[in-house]
Amino acid sequence: MAEKKQLRIATRNSGFIDPENIDSYIAAGGYLGLAKCLGEMTPEAVIDLMKASGIRGRGGAGFPTGVKWGFAAKYASDTKYVVCNADEGDPGAFMDRAILEGDPHSVLEAMAIGAYAIGGNKGTIYIRAEYPMAIDRLKIAIEQAEAKGVIGKNIMGSDFSFDLDIKYGAGAFVCGEETALINSMEGNRGEPYTKPPFPAEAGYWDKPTIVNNVETLASIPAIIVKGAEWFNGIGTETSKGTKVFALAGKINNVGLIEVPMGITLQEVIMEVGGGVRNGKKFKAVQTGGPSGGALTYKDLDVKIDYESLVACQSMMGSGGMIVMDEDDCMVAIAKFFVEFTMEETCGKCTPCRIGSKRIYEALDKITMGQGSLEDIEKLKLLSVAIKDTALCGLGQTMPNPVLSTMRVFEDEYTAHVVDKKCPAGVCSDLLEFIVVDEKCVGCTLCARVCPVDCIGGKVKEVHVIDQAACIKCGACLDKCKFDAIIKQ
Amino acid sequence: MAKINTIAELKKLREDLLGAAQAKAGKPLVNVSLATCSVASGGRDVLAAMQAEATALGLDVEFMQSGCMTVCFAEPTVEVTLPGKDPVTFGYLDAEKAKILVQKYIKDGELIDGVIPVGYERIVL
Repeated sequence: MAEKKQLRIATRNSGFIDPENIDSYIAAGGYLGLAKCLGEMTPEAVIDLMKASGIRGRGGAGFPTGVKWGFAAKYASDTKYVVCNADEGDPGAFMDRAILEGDPHSVLEAMAIGAYAIGGNKGTIYIRAEYPMAIDRLKIAIEQAEAKGVIGKNIMGSDFSFDLDIKYGAGAFVCGEETALINSMEGNRGEPYTKPPFPAEAGYWDKPTIVNNVETLASIPAIIVKGAEWFNGIGTETSKGTKVFALAGKINNVGLIEVPMGITLQEVIMEVGGGVRNGKKFKAVQTGGPSGGALTYKDLDVKIDYESLVACQSMMGSGGMIVMDEDDCMVAIAKFFVEFTMEETCGKCTPCRIGSKRIYEALDKITMGQGSLEDIEKLKLLSVAIKDTALCGLGQTMPNPVLSTMRVFEDEYTAHVVDKKCPAGVCSDLLEFIVVDEKCVGCTLCARVCPVDCIGGKVKEVHVIDQAACIKCGACLDKCKFDAIIKQ
Repeated sequence: MAKINTIAELKKLREDLLGAAQAKAGKPLVNVSLATCSVASGGRDVLAAMQAEATALGLDVEFMQSGCMTVCFAEPTVEVTLPGKDPVTFGYLDAEKAKILVQKYIKDGELIDGVIPVGYERIVL
């Protein structure tokens, strides 16, 4: 691994401090950011600092955090809320859980800073019930922070007070969308609603509300302490600071990484990630989970930031990166992600509810070898229409896996419908298992493991697979000791 | 737990905590990653094995738990800081290897396999 490609800001404490002991956080400079705000800065100055730092939301679309806070500050209200969005739901993304389990106080501190900035005094953490350890550590953290007086009434002798509680989500993907999240917190169905009004004007219980992602929050105490100029000196023109990515899939160094914005895909995969597993060829990486898209071997020089990912029909999302090698079929991958969103759509708007189903059916048809070139055209048309018409982020981004894989791998789609072949050898309906005559010694092992008895042949004679009866399970291929069975 | 009543008290507490940590720097420090993933891959077994082995060898070792060390591919992981030396992170452990880690590195300063290189710079406030 090349030295020091990573810069840990949001994950600065995870793995270094004891998350169940507030003293450990304080020794690491904890609550100094909040102290600086309360002691030296007006709420306006805090918002100006956040704006100047250039930090954008780390949970999805990348809205500037300081601007969001500025909106909420403008509305007068007796109560304002700071909500931490810990509804991490992307398959393959786990950075929020890691931060909450490793450094919960950084999130609490940032929420208090946010409340001070917008003139609020209440905070709620919305977290999935399926993160029990993160919940336990958050509870301990809140308890200790209250006991120490860094959360609660008249924090550190100031006239600022801030209370915190936790709300549990049942684990629906759509609840990561801020309006659906607010509905869910209020005890309603987790369905999004049309903005405006934006939560900054009328959100949780119709009060001005800011909703920030865990990773965004975890970066904030560092920004306050070290200053806006330090933070905006890292990254690219439009994307400042660092981003945490969860590397998963066929990569050697599976795990979390935190890298400066603007790092190339090449550096992430080949250097920080240690390259593709088993020496296979890198094919693509799915960024942004089901809402994102694929960056491919052609995009290795792309500098990773919000804009360049969108240009590749993907998005930053929460930062999941699922690495795929030459053995992965892009049509099957697109189908996998669309199946996920199809199951997670809340059903409120038609483009998402029915559109996801139609996209899934079209992809299913293609992977079964029953598609046509016309289906591919329809798929494109439908994808673009859904992007333009769906109500919330979930629907608007749902066709991304299709559009982004088509961008580079349209030939793979064509191969499925014209040649009826799956070039990667994944789509079982398009595969044939064949015995190589020269290699078969007639050991009968394949015939014995075949669950449908479709392999015939006598001992010491070449065996034959009955293609009509074969269910393409691959058991024979796995068992053959002579490499005499191939799939094509 | 005493309340922090002023910003000056917070800063004073931090200095005191850093001083207390400094006072313990003469002892080896073992930091075991115990997040959901590390626990699932056997982090608690590693902690227990190291504590037992340190006791058996009569070594005075300070143990602490932390969260995710971000190197999922190498879990369970522990970070060992010997007096006067930089911290070293060891991965791919199990109860057996954890014992050997105590016997070799903590007792004699002799490195064992599974060292995870430091590929990052950490921001310290």
